[in-house]
Amino acid sequence: MALHAPLAVEATALTKSYGTTTAVSGLDLAVPAGTVYGVLGPNGAGKTTTIRMLATLIRPDSGSARVLGHDVVTEADAVRAQVSLTGQLASVDEELTGRENLVLLGRLLGLSRAGARARADELLEAFGIAAAAGKLVKHYSGGMRRRLDIAASIVVTPRLMFLDEPTTGLDPRSRNQVWEIARALVAGGTTILLCTQYLEEADQLADGIAVIDRGRVIAEGTPAQLKASVGTGALHVRLLDPDRRPDAADVLDRALGPVSLEPDPAVLSATCPDPARAATAVAELARTGIGLAHFSLDQPSLDEVFLALTGRGAEEPPGPAPTLEEQTS
Amino acid sequence: MTTATTDADAAAVRRAIAGTERPPRPGPLQTALTFGWRGMLKVKHVPEQLLDVTVTPVMFLLMFTYLFGGAIAGSTSAYLDYTLPGLLVMSVLFTTVYSGVALNTDLTKGVVDRFRSLPIWRPAPLLGSLLGDSVRYVIAGTVLITVGVLLGYRPDAGVTGAVAALALVVVFSFGLSWVFSVLGLLLRSPNAVMNAGFMAIFPLTFLSNVFVDPATLPGPLQAFVDVNPISILATASRSLMAGEPDVPAILVSLAVAAALALVFLPITTRLYRSR
Repeated sequence: MALHAPLAVEATALTKSYGTTTAVSGLDLAVPAGTVYGVLGPNGAGKTTTIRMLATLIRPDSGSARVLGHDVVTEADAVRAQVSLTGQLASVDEELTGRENLVLLGRLLGLSRAGARARADELLEAFGIAAAAGKLVKHYSGGMRRRLDIAASIVVTPRLMFLDEPTTGLDPRSRNQVWEIARALVAGGTTILLCTQYLEEADQLADGIAVIDRGRVIAEGTPAQLKASVGTGALHVRLLDPDRRPDAADVLDRALGPVSLEPDPAVLSATCPDPARAATAVAELARTGIGLAHFSLDQPSLDEVFLALTGRGAEEPPGPAPTLEEQTS
Repeated sequence: MTTATTDADAAAVRRAIAGTERPPRPGPLQTALTFGWRGMLKVKHVPEQLLDVTVTPVMFLLMFTYLFGGAIAGSTSAYLDYTLPGLLVMSVLFTTVYSGVALNTDLTKGVVDRFRSLPIWRPAPLLGSLLGDSVRYVIAGTVLITVGVLLGYRPDAGVTGAVAALALVVVFSFGLSWVFSVLGLLLRSPNAVMNAGFMAIFPLTFLSNVFVDPATLPGPLQAFVDVNPISILATASRSLMAGEPDVPAILVSLAVAAALALVFLPITTRLYRSR
C-alpha cells in the first residue's frame, strides 16, 4: 500500500447523533485512492451512518469530510458526481425490470436514449443478468439483485464506490462473484470503501481495514496486522476414543501451542498460528495412532477481533456455523 | 431460447468498467421527464393500479346522479348537467391524494437513496413523479366525462369545452398534489397519508358547490363555500363546459394552483433531501 497516495476519503472527527443515540462519534478515516478500504464492525457500530454522511445523504452534526477532494457538505454535488452507492441502503427499483433500472440510471446520468440502452445491455451481459433483463426485479434471486445493484452503480464508472455489506445474505457462490466484480473495479482504478461485518470479506478484498465500534475507529491496519493483533484461529479435534485425549493433548501441545480441553471428553482444541502447522499436527496425530472423528480449523471471527480489541464480544456477532461437537453427543 | 449465462463474467465486467466516460449532466427537464417515464413504467407493469382513477369516478358519478339527482334537481338529467363538471373536479382532486401515498411508499425503498446520491437537479424525482401522476389525473377526468356523455351529458361547448375544463382541473391538481407530497414526506405510513389526505379533501369537496347550489345553505356555511377554492374551480369548470368562460374564476383557480406549488414545492424538495 502506497503510504503517500492521494486520499479518496479524508474524514476528521465526524459525529452524528439521532436523538440521544450517538451513531458516529468523532470518527477519523483516511482512505488512499485506488485501494479497497474495509470498515469492519458489528451491526450498530456506525458503518452505515458513516457511509451516508460520506455519500452526502445526511449531514454530519460536526466534524468534516472530504471525498475525492470535495467537502461533503459544501460541495455535495461535486461529490455526488464521482461516487456510487451500493449495498444494503441504496438499491434498485423492484417494480421495474433489470433493464429498465439501468436505462433509467443511464438517462439520469446524462446518456442519450440509445446510449443508455446500449450501456444497459452491455452491463446486463457482463453481469450475467441478460436472461432476466425483462423480468421485474422483485422476482430476482438475492445474488442477481446484488449484481444488478452493482451494475447500476457503474452505469457511469465512479471514482469512488461505497459497498455497504455487499454480500450479507448471499450464498457462497454469489458472494465470490460479488468479490470478483469488486476486484475488477479496483483493477479499473476505482477506489472502494467496503463496509462489512465479516472479517473474511475484509481479508479477501481490503488493502487496509479500520475496525469501528460505537461510532469510532478502535483499530486500523492491514488485514495481516489486524489478524496478528488478534492472535489466530484454532484447530478443533474430536477423537474416536476419549481415553486418548491426554496423548492427543501432548501431540498438539508440541506441534501447535496451548491446548484447551472442551467440556466434551472427546474434544480438544489448540491455537494455531498457521494452517500448514495444523496439517502437520493432524498428520502427527494419525502417525501416533490416535483416531479422529472430525477436525476443523477456525478463522478468527469478528467476535474474536472484538474480544481482542475491546475485551468484550461484538454485540451482534455473525453466528458461527455450528460445529460437529455441538451436533453429536 | 438459448441458455444464457447466469454468472458475472470478470473479463466483460472489466471491459464494461473501462468503457465509460462521464457524460455531461442532463438538464432539469430531461431529468424530470425521466422520472415521469419511471412512473409510466410502473403503470405499465401493474395496470391494476389505475383502478382508483377509473372505477372510483364512475362509482361517484352513478351514485350521485341516480341517488340524489331527482331529489336535488328534480330529475337525474338536470342534476347531471349541474354536477358533472363538479364531479370532474372531485374525481381528479381525490386522485392527488394517491400521489402523496405513492411518494410515501417509494420512500420506504432503498432506491430513493440511490436517487438522492445522484448529481441531479434536486426537485426532479418529485416533479417527475407528479408529471407522471398528471397522466393519471387526465385518465380519471376522461373516464368521468366519457361516462357522463354515455349517461346523456352534453356540454354546450362540446369537446373543446370538456378538454378546456379537464385541462384546468389537471393544472389545479398538479398544484394541489404538492400539498399531499408534503404529507407523504412527513407522515410515517402510506395509510396515514391516505387518511390525512381524505380527511382534508372530503370536507373541502363536500362543503363546496360541487353537489348543491349554495343558495340553500345557511349564511356562514354559504360564506365558506363561496370562498372555497374547490367551489371556484367547479364554477370555472362549469363555465368552460358551458362555453361561457368565467374568467375571474379561471384566473383564481390558476393562481391558487401556482401559489400551492410555489409554497409547497420548496418544502417537499427540502424534506426529500433531509429525510
